[in-house]
Order: sequence, then structure tokens, then C-alpha cells
Amino acid sequence: MKSYFFPLWIVAIGALSLIPFLWFVLTSVKGAAQITAIPPQIIPAFHGDFYRSAVNEYGLFRYLANSVIVAGSTTLISIAIGALAAYALTRFRFSWTRFYLMLLLAISMFPQISIAGPVWRILSHLGWLNTYHGITAAYISLSLPLAIWILTTFFRELPYEIEEAAWIDGCSRLQALRKVVLPLAAPGLFTAAILVFIHAWNEFFFALIILTNSDLQTLPVGIALFPGEYTMPWGEIAAASTMATLPLVVLTLLFQRRIIRGLSAGAVKG
Amino acid sequence: MKNSGRAAVLFLFPSFLFVAIFSLAPIFESFRLSFYRMILTLPWLGQKFVGWENYLDLLTDPVARHSVATTLIFVAVTVPLEVLLGLAVALVINEPFRGRGLLRAVVLVPWAIPSTVASQMWRFIFNDRYGLFNYFLFGDRTELYLAPLADPQLAIAAIMVADVWKTTPFAALIILAGLQAVPDELYEAASVDGAGGWQKFRRITLPMVKPAILLAFLFRTIDALRVFDLVFVMTQGGPADSTNVLQFYGYKKSFAEGMIGAGSAVSVLVFFLSLLFSLLYIRILGARVLRAG
Repeated sequence: MKSYFFPLWIVAIGALSLIPFLWFVLTSVKGAAQITAIPPQIIPAFHGDFYRSAVNEYGLFRYLANSVIVAGSTTLISIAIGALAAYALTRFRFSWTRFYLMLLLAISMFPQISIAGPVWRILSHLGWLNTYHGITAAYISLSLPLAIWILTTFFRELPYEIEEAAWIDGCSRLQALRKVVLPLAAPGLFTAAILVFIHAWNEFFFALIILTNSDLQTLPVGIALFPGEYTMPWGEIAAASTMATLPLVVLTLLFQRRIIRGLSAGAVKG
Repeated sequence: MKNSGRAAVLFLFPSFLFVAIFSLAPIFESFRLSFYRMILTLPWLGQKFVGWENYLDLLTDPVARHSVATTLIFVAVTVPLEVLLGLAVALVINEPFRGRGLLRAVVLVPWAIPSTVASQMWRFIFNDRYGLFNYFLFGDRTELYLAPLADPQLAIAAIMVADVWKTTPFAALIILAGLQAVPDELYEAASVDGAGGWQKFRRITLPMVKPAILLAFLFRTIDALRVFDLVFVMTQGGPADSTNVLQFYGYKKSFAEGMIGAGSAVSVLVFFLSLLFSLLYIRILGARVLRAG
């Protein structure tokens, strides 16, 4: 299928994927006058001013810390709970376990807006608006369908005999899960964790309505609500955007294979 | 196995607890609230049953009707583009070549970028005085520069461009998974029979990845129906409601105006639109894919 044009396709796809964002990264290290220059200046002056001002004046590190806490705890708890569920769904086969899997799939199809209002009210009743545990609880329930679907595809491939051997050696189900199944399923757990982390790190809609206190807001909210009515602080926005995206680009470059496998496991089975 | 039913319940309970409280109950609550009038932030004022009033308002409010139309147009333009471009990308990153892993990682970048970052980035590119978009179109002739995000026709197009950029990789990955399942022997046999590249594509690739393509259509449609982040950052639904898509309209009703009943009616509408499209695609796909679970 390859023709002479094939290398052109590669270049075009690579360029279209990267250049818009690269432009923003370059913007973050430009001088203030360079940003608004026409013709656009490609080579930046490599100033760190926008990063300094994003940190000192706009509280970039606070948003970053909030994102790490919220996305990190969402990932840990979702994977722990999801692994229990996925284990049960692959090892115990009842008609209602299949129904549960379908229910999770159906739930993940619902638009966020259709649960946002009631979720807001529940968190408000509990006094959990503007708290880490409030947003994390909402995120866990949002990410569980994805986590469980990916984990079941991985768990299904693990041979049952190994566990049975562990039971014969006197392990309980939970011990067998912890000592035998989970170590074997580590690649699957890791794949699901990466995807859940990326989703939680990027989530905006629920963060916007649940975290109205700027001390607790995550990076996507901070970036969306960047103050500036008439003159946008583009340098600072670009700096914050670069900081918000860097961990994800590193994850993508390192774990491209796993991400693709995880996404297609979640999708093709769905 | 003894007690396996009980064990299953125990293992599934933690996940069910979260899903029941923060997903299932809210879904039912949304349906219920759509028949009530209630102020979100003033719950002590009580909730009044109003029957179909919220839905009737939705039908008669020109802003709401325009919002439905805008959302459907958005879906109709972006989803086919994303799937088509996704197919092209998938075909390229499925071929073996040096640096394929790197290109796959690069393709994933727009997908991985937080959507609010992508939104600010495109907002900057579409800037009316120093955006790259204007420079590419008009060069130094700044007197011709457009303000795409302040123009009702261009604003929705700009958001479409941003959405296609951001989500084509996802469509590509779904289709790539389909391509990888096509056995090489089919192509080899076709070569023996003297089939050309285009014939192989038409007669082997396309039929074999059809389920993956439809799946990409399904996922992208459901996702595009609830587009929000791009609109929130790039235009706030404006100018003149030209980008006021349903999820943004519902968000404003529920959280800016506090009319949670009216907002819930919008959410029920978005839900039924998603359901309608899902059923349509599943009908085309057949039950085959679902059975694989």
C-alpha cells in the first residue's frame, strides 16, 4: 500500500498533531513583545518570566498540587475498587454479573450534564462541595466504568489454575487475589491506572461546578478561568498549559503502547 | 464453589456503592427533577411539581431550539470528519516503518492534552490581532484580520476545527485496533490474485474494519453531543448564542440561573439524543460486538 507519498503522510500527521501545541509551548518562553508580533516570531527569547509570574501571581503550583492530589487519589482508589470488581466479574459468572458490566457501560454513555445537578446537590448536602474528597468521590464513580472494563479484559486472560493452586495452599480468595492475581495482572492495572489518571487530570466539567474556591481548583479549571478581560495574559496561560500538559506528554511518550492497548481494550469490547 | 455468590457481592459492593450514589441515583434524580421547578442554590424554597412545563419551555424557547440545531450541526460536521481523518491516520500508523512507535505517541498528544489547554491554545491561534490563523490567511496585511471567535458563523467553525484536532486521534486508535485484527494472509492471498492497492483497500480493509469505524462513529457522536469544554473557554456560547450547544445551555440553566428543573430537562434531552444515536449505530453494527463482552 505504500507509495512515494507515504513519507509525506507521516510528516503531515506528525506536524498537524504537534505544531499547534508546540506553538503554545514556544509562546510560554517568549518575551512579552514577541507574543503579539506580526510576523510571528518563531524563535523564542527563552525567558522564564511567564513561568515565574504564573507561579507567583497566579498560583500555578497550588493548581498543580490540587491536580496531583485529586487525580492521584482518584487513580489509586479507582484501581483498587475496580480490581476487586473486575476480579469478581471475571471469576464469578452469574447472569447478574453480566448485567452489572452492561450497566457500567450504559452509565458511562450518560452525558455529564445529566448527573451534574443531582451530584452537586448530594455533595452540597454532605458539605463536600469545595473539598478534595468531594471531587474525588465524583471522579471515582466517573472513572470506575472505564477502569472495570479495561481490568476485566486483562483479568480474563489470567489462567484460573494458578489461583486454584493458591487456594489449595490455604489462601483465601482475597489473599489469592492480592498475592497471586494482582502481581500477574500488574501490566493491566498499570494500563488502567494511566488512563484513569489522564481522565482525572483533564476533567473539567465537574471540577468547574464542584470546586468554586480557587484554593482548591485543579489545573484545567485554573487554565479555563484565567483572569484577564481585555488583555489576556497569554504568556502565563501558555506557561500554565505547558506545565499541565508536560506530565501527560511524558506518559504518552513512555507508555504509548499501553495507552493504545488500553483504549482499544475498553473500546473494542464495548 | 461454595458461597461464590456472597463473595461476588462483597467484591462488587465498593464499586456499586460509588456508582449507585454518584451515577445511578443522580440519573434517576435528573429525570424526576425535570418535572419540577426548583432553585439549585435555594433548596429551602421547595420544589414544585410542574408536569411537562420544563419540556414545553424547551420546545418553545427559541434559544433552546437554536441550541439543539447547533449541537446537531456540530455533530454532523465534526464526527464524519474525525472518523474519516482517523481512518487515514490509522492506515498510516498501521504500516510498518522506522519510527512508527514515535509517530503513534505523537498522534496521541492532542488526545492527551487537557481540553481546556487545547481550548486556550486554539483561542490564541484564532486571536484577531496576532493569531497564527490570521497570519496564514493574510500575512502582514493586518487590516484584513478576522476575529473568528467574535463572528457567529466563524466561531462555530473555529470550535469545530479545535474539536477535530483534539479528537481525531481517538477515532484513529479505535480504527487502528480494527486494522490490527485484519490477518495479513488476506492481503497476501489478494496479491497472489493480482489485486492492486485500491482493490485491497476496498475489498479487504474496508469491510474488515467496518465494525471499528462504526464504533468510532458511535463513541465520537456520544461525545460530540456533550461538547462543553471548548465552548466554555473559547466563546462562552457566544457570539449571539451561535455556539450555545446543549450541554452549555443546560449548564447555564442549572448553574448560572439555578433553574435545576429546566436544566434537568435539557439533560434528559441530551440523554435521549445519545440513546437514539446509540441504538441506531448498534442496529447497524448488529449485536455481534456487544456479545464479545
